[in-house]
Amino acid sequence: MSQRSENLAAALQEVLGAGAGAVTQALGETTLVTGAAGLSGVMRTLRDHPALRFATLVDVCGVDYSQYGDQDCAPGRRFAAVYHLVSLAHNRRLRVRSFAPDDDFPVLASVVDIWPSANWFEREAFDLFGIMFEGHPDLRRILTDYGFIGHPFRKDFPLAGHVEMRYDPEQKRVIYQPVTIEPREVTPRIIREEKYAGH
Amino acid sequence: MAEIKNYTMNFGPQHPAAHGVLRLVLELDGEVVQRADPHVGLLHRATEKLAEHKTYLQSLPYLDRLDYMSMMCNEHAYCLAVENLLQIEVPLRAQYIRVMFDEITRLLNHLLWLGSHALDVGAMTIFLYAFREREDLLDMYEAVSGARMHAAYYRPGGVYRDLPDTMPQYSAQITRNAKAMRQMNANRQGSLLDFIEDFTNRFPAYVDEYETLLTDNRIWKQRLVGIGVVSPERAMALGFTGPMLRGSGVPWDLRKKQPYEVYDLLDFDIPVGVNGDCYDRYLVRVEELRQSNRIIRQCVEWLRNHPGPVIVDDHKIAPPSRVDMKTNMEELIHHFKLFTEGMHVPPGEAYSAVEHPKGEFGVYIISDGANKPYRMKFRPPGFAHLSSMDEMARGHMIADVVAIIGTMDIVFGDIDR
Repeated sequence: MSQRSENLAAALQEVLGAGAGAVTQALGETTLVTGAAGLSGVMRTLRDHPALRFATLVDVCGVDYSQYGDQDCAPGRRFAAVYHLVSLAHNRRLRVRSFAPDDDFPVLASVVDIWPSANWFEREAFDLFGIMFEGHPDLRRILTDYGFIGHPFRKDFPLAGHVEMRYDPEQKRVIYQPVTIEPREVTPRIIREEKYAGH
Repeated sequence: MAEIKNYTMNFGPQHPAAHGVLRLVLELDGEVVQRADPHVGLLHRATEKLAEHKTYLQSLPYLDRLDYMSMMCNEHAYCLAVENLLQIEVPLRAQYIRVMFDEITRLLNHLLWLGSHALDVGAMTIFLYAFREREDLLDMYEAVSGARMHAAYYRPGGVYRDLPDTMPQYSAQITRNAKAMRQMNANRQGSLLDFIEDFTNRFPAYVDEYETLLTDNRIWKQRLVGIGVVSPERAMALGFTGPMLRGSGVPWDLRKKQPYEVYDLLDFDIPVGVNGDCYDRYLVRVEELRQSNRIIRQCVEWLRNHPGPVIVDDHKIAPPSRVDMKTNMEELIHHFKLFTEGMHVPPGEAYSAVEHPKGEFGVYIISDGANKPYRMKFRPPGFAHLSSMDEMARGHMIADVVAIIGTMDIVFGDIDR
């Protein structure tokens, strides 16, 4: 596995050059962090170049890094899309991460024209994180309710949400109202310092 | 002459052939589908967000409820991702147990798929046959984990406990006489492994029965041959995995290509289709039933002869035994910390995929060193398959849409998450 990922890192450096982004290897997996500006070009090369041939896009994952490590993130490093690619020809996997430059209005180039499978995954990242994919043919909400307001997987969106739905016997219809449940955390989130308990 | 307009039809979300809560908006020209727009998300529970607020152990049972037809395979992908982040080695016996239950899960999933797919296109009997075998398989789940479906049996570091030495038996009831009960309990006299072995001996004949009912059945072939054809290149571009990809003739199976656990030590074949239509995907899945049966037999054989630990010995990850916990102060502290604060996973990210019965099921975890994942993303195979609905259904009749939904083997637990 490690041999394979080293080959991949070398191939990436050779084909894309140093300007395309940083290649890191950890836990047997290869990650390419590339800028939002050249995303489409890099992705197209990854698909078409004979040494890479990543013909399948397996997953697109939106991430909100605003509270990573319980610290504020640097400007322009809040929203990212993480693409997982598979090359069936070379039997290799690659992860590509691209940060959206603007935190208030995150925009990334769509890769639907490169891999049609990105269609729904990008809609999902838009729905849950509010990342706009420029060039997407049909960027609608996909998982949340019709008429939902907000982007629920952002870190500043509360777990219980803002509204709840119930049947109102007087109006004889289903209504939305502000949530009535108290937020409750049974197990607090803890990050231990290094070398805690001998680890 | 009257002007003929396209007609928009709503299909679901409460339609028996929609396999759960699929709402499909179909634009029709007569009976021919011009455009299909699936609306998903009616079962969205934000599992990924909930997991950010739960410890690694607490979020494990959510995985069962994703694709609720192949429970243990979901857990498997999650455990592999956590183990990769923790960099721990799972005991060999646990790996064999996991592989065996993965394949039992594959049988469960494919049998349900076979039954409901055939029911959708008009064959009743096969459904009853498939559920007859599922009963035995669910009994295996129950014997090992105590739950018939939502097992929570795999844990990061191994499996929760070793295989039981006895098999639960049917007890006397007013409606059953002693002779009937003896017959029902006949293959439950030994251990769980004996029961599984007995099942694997019986199972190939059952698959022959299914094939007798369907494979050369004229109606079945009329409904499936040439329906929903996907070329290999298109299948790759659309993100197809599993039987959907293999049905198009691409020999891609993670168990062979990127083997995890002990799949590289086992002997099995990967069936592939030729034409990429619904019928080929049916043949691929039926052959997978036979191959899974082969894998289970090999695992049973190995597990009989190799006792050993089934979970890692690191008590920061796996709980200590009850006896140790009650007699040893340090183990008591470990137990307490593990079940209150949970395990801490080092910062990093990992994507682990398994060959789920439906395709590639992946779990992507980003950890920042806390006792809860910073971000967890599931990659459900059905999501990619269903997104190609429009392309696959276009130009087919309404009745074929049902066959295409069936061939995709979709379950909304994992598509909507």
